[in-house]
Amino acid sequence: MNADPAATASVGLVESKRASFDEPLRLKGGAVLPQFDIAYETYGELNASRSNAVLVCHALNASHHVAGHYAGDARDVGWWDNLVGPGKPLDTRRFFVVGSNYLGSCFGSTGPASINPATGKPWGADFPLVTVEDWVAAQARLADRLGIERFAAAIGGSLGAMQALQWTLSFPERVRHAIVIAATPRLSAQNIAFNEVARQAIMTDPDFHGGHYYDQGVVPRRGLRIARMIGHITYLSDDAMMEKFGRVLRGKSGPRFDFDIDFEIESYLRYQGDKFASYFDANTYLRITKALDYYDPAADFGGDLAAAVARAQAAFLVVSFTSDWRFSTTRSREIVRALLEAHKIVSYVEVDAPQGHDAFLMDDPRYHGALRAYFDSIDL
Amino acid sequence: MTDQEQTLLAARPDLAAIARWVAPQARVLDLGCGDGGLLRYLWEHKQAPGYGVEIDARHVMECLKNDVNVLQMDLESGLSVFGDGAFDCVILSETLQAIHHTEQLMREMLRVGREAIVSFPNFGYWPARFQVALGRMPVSTELPYQWYDTPNVHLCTLEDFEDFCRRLGIRVLERLALHEGRPVTLLPNLFGSLAVYRLGRLAPAAKDRS
Repeated sequence: MNADPAATASVGLVESKRASFDEPLRLKGGAVLPQFDIAYETYGELNASRSNAVLVCHALNASHHVAGHYAGDARDVGWWDNLVGPGKPLDTRRFFVVGSNYLGSCFGSTGPASINPATGKPWGADFPLVTVEDWVAAQARLADRLGIERFAAAIGGSLGAMQALQWTLSFPERVRHAIVIAATPRLSAQNIAFNEVARQAIMTDPDFHGGHYYDQGVVPRRGLRIARMIGHITYLSDDAMMEKFGRVLRGKSGPRFDFDIDFEIESYLRYQGDKFASYFDANTYLRITKALDYYDPAADFGGDLAAAVARAQAAFLVVSFTSDWRFSTTRSREIVRALLEAHKIVSYVEVDAPQGHDAFLMDDPRYHGALRAYFDSIDL
Repeated sequence: MTDQEQTLLAARPDLAAIARWVAPQARVLDLGCGDGGLLRYLWEHKQAPGYGVEIDARHVMECLKNDVNVLQMDLESGLSVFGDGAFDCVILSETLQAIHHTEQLMREMLRVGREAIVSFPNFGYWPARFQVALGRMPVSTELPYQWYDTPNVHLCTLEDFEDFCRRLGIRVLERLALHEGRPVTLLPNLFGSLAVYRLGRLAPAAKDRS
């Protein structure tokens, strides 16, 4: 069936699954979700001692579709397929990998577009704000359901890294290793500023209708587009953008002297914006960016991150990328410093990669080599 | 002792001395830790939990494979990620001569560590002196590089190093001159090819004694 030789290292055909939970979940913000679903996928087999499970946490716009492809669409490949699969750094012949979609998503877990059981209509603006801690609490229910008492590892990049880190704090005894990639222990004012611009773009879109746009049969596409364009600028490094697009003009005969697309980078951003607006939910976007803004495990410890991580029992691998200016290497070093101060087991890899924040999705041999070496050293 | 360990100790004669000076269960930081061989040895023989600092990506990967805690950082930019007195012992093994910001690093080592162990090739070793006397830059087992391709920028003799320690307010607790893995007691600055020092702060603060 697979003619492509590269596909032999893929987990192949996968299926999106859904777990429903009827016991109410009290959220950090005070609201209670009476019931919820978590969408997930699994790859590999849980071993007899149930010691080989690895949780993959996804970032802002991704989903639980981590690896492989769905039936009927061989091109719909999981977002971390270069990492997860038989013979890959996170080897599914050895590990049982769980990709979990977070609460509030628009890819299958309960979110703003789901039906509110109290009204029989989509939650829309009434869907509560969820936090990284809430996501982890919901994932723990999923782990219970799958019979996983303790994960061999939790891994994630960016927002996914925050979840991996939070796992070690919310459930110290339930995760043996945390692999925290392109992370920050808290957003900077600049990070929050970018998020706020993105939110304003969505909320001021006339089609937003205060978040109840589902009833109106419209989508705040313009806002979502701009939000995504802003996001993309922060995911790439200046060098990577220059390298990829430079000042290349689309027209062969020089500038157009109008406001249509002149430069390749404009074309790229518009394309990314349009694509995103066609599949992503605006209410979800608002909530995820807020979850990012709010995340600050040190806040309850007077800003002392070392005190905050003191309760962790996991061993850590922290990875950062030199060209990442969204969550720079300095932010990862803050995490490392705190872990060292708290006498935790930690390794730190700083990859000299040019791609910026997005480097965590690439397959740089130094980066993947380090992950492979780390996973190989995990005893099962 | 396993074959692997014997090979390690044969290749790096200073490591045996270093291992002897590290107290059981000491918290150790190994600067320029390579593939983590010493840290692994210290963990297995002294139950000393350690961290290595290494800049080279290939070595970092080897450390991860060897289950050694490694932090990929440049020593030249300091040890700011480590808190004051975070380690019992900070090791700089055969790396001193390649460091640019030598003073800064030595100060940092004794800020983050209660003690430091430093080893380096002795430039005062007689064949080196002899080669210089004959008008040539020394090339030997300890100093295998030609002048134009050497990573070594700060070579010194035992005397030079001890002057340097005095100037920085660093106390020499123990000194060992070695040649081919054996201690040299007669004229060590002439007959020792490798120097190993155990260092402490001149006036250790009372709280560090706890």
